Amino acid sequence: MTAQTIADPVMRVQGLEKSYGKLRVLLGVDFDVAPGSIFALLGSNGAGKTTTVRILSTLLKADAGTARVNGFDVAAQPARVRQSISLTGQFAAVDEILTGRENLALVAGLRHLKDPGATADDLLRRFSLSEAGSRRVSTYSGGMRRRLDIAMSLIGNAPVIFLDEPTAGLDPEARIEVWDAVKKLAHDGTTVLLTTQYLDEAEQLADRIAILHQGRIIVNGNLAELKQLFPPAKVEYVEKQPTLEEIFLAVIGGGDRSNAIGTTTGVHE
Amino acid sequence: MTAYFFSDTAALTGRTLRHVTRSMDTIITTVITPVAMMLMFVYVFGGAIDTGSVSYVNYMLPGILLMTIASGISYTAYRLFTDVKSGIFERFQSMPIARSGVLWAHVVTSLVANMIALVLVVGVAVLMGFRSGAGVSAWLAVAGILLLFTLALTWLAVIPGLSASSVEGAGAFAYPLIFLPFVSSAFVPTRTMPGPVRWFAEHQPVTSIVNTIRALFAEQPVGDDNWIALAWCVGILLVAYLFAMVAYRRKIA
Repeated sequence: MTAQTIADPVMRVQGLEKSYGKLRVLLGVDFDVAPGSIFALLGSNGAGKTTTVRILSTLLKADAGTARVNGFDVAAQPARVRQSISLTGQFAAVDEILTGRENLALVAGLRHLKDPGATADDLLRRFSLSEAGSRRVSTYSGGMRRRLDIAMSLIGNAPVIFLDEPTAGLDPEARIEVWDAVKKLAHDGTTVLLTTQYLDEAEQLADRIAILHQGRIIVNGNLAELKQLFPPAKVEYVEKQPTLEEIFLAVIGGGDRSNAIGTTTGVHE
Repeated sequence: MTAYFFSDTAALTGRTLRHVTRSMDTIITTVITPVAMMLMFVYVFGGAIDTGSVSYVNYMLPGILLMTIASGISYTAYRLFTDVKSGIFERFQSMPIARSGVLWAHVVTSLVANMIALVLVVGVAVLMGFRSGAGVSAWLAVAGILLLFTLALTWLAVIPGLSASSVEGAGAFAYPLIFLPFVSSAFVPTRTMPGPVRWFAEHQPVTSIVNTIRALFAEQPVGDDNWIALAWCVGILLVAYLFAMVAYRRKIA
């Protein structure tokens, strides 16, 4: 189930290779991403997820292989690719010294929108940041910062959005906020390529999951297909203890959201 | 270069300028070292240095101004380094904008921040007794040389800003530049120095620039120093720009 090709993909990656000196990071990565879907690139630290995203977003040149985004070749037509994408980095790349509103207005200005101020206000409202909009980002919590980061990448309505480890370092509540934002994005027709090292995140969000391991995609499929790779489930009765995350959310009053979290007891029924 | 080069650069410059105006302490710390040097030399050592009929504060101000610029551009490197480290540099590089505008924004901001610092230092010098009968054209010439020197050192600062691996590394390159005026005609006449030191002092860029500015302030003919100073500034500018572009290409792959 690796190297599957689909009809009319919005992204097609074939035989991607990249080395840093003697360190070989990508050894031939292949995958297709369908328009309007959420595609998760799952892998441990150092698996090459960020390298892949950097190549797809024209920040890095591949040593071999091809990648097309929205019909454009990343090596031959980088400017056209940049018009088609929006990148949200691993470390929320927002300007700490500017206010949230100024960050949004700056990006809107750089995308040559008619009224950057109005775009900023609209996004602040959509991401529940209106009250914090006039405060400097350095005063924001991790979750607010990441929400602002995602809001910034929505400006200009790029058809493809890269989210590189969008919830790394966030507390459980903030993670759910980000998940909700990502789901809304895909619902509106944006294609999302998401990298993550959290299994439950891929499970929660992705239409397709590809596991990147030692420089290659070793598995590529939807959740049901991935589950079939494991030995058939046997029925056991296990008392389900609440996870610490569920307890945490219940105690702080986020209980209504706790059912949004994957409960992993390790048994398929 | 896209059709939006100027508007993109202007938007990005607005951002970096806010970094300066919202942390005025960077201007203050830029100004502190040169002002402290000025106080030391005018009120402690200056009495023992024979500068002929020229008052010592008049004599040393040109060197102090160059020291101010050398100290100011370490913040240019620091701001650029922070952008690269935080990831916002990559965010901008992945957007459909004039990509070099990100660098130019830092360059323009560096010029503005250094000009503010220079005005403050000249203000302190005036309080300490600096006087010049120089006319508008002489002042413009001084401003022009200082601007050119700032531009040259700014592109020099872009190199560590893009390629340093630590904050300390990004700023450390400025220290030798800050001390370069000591081994020049900035504080003591070079004729008092021993042979090899004197040779170095008379052939390094600071001396010709200092002599040019000093002559302009004193309403005297600038002579050959003017051309040597310009040649140094343009030379440093071109070499620094080339290496900065190499560092930039390496960064954006």
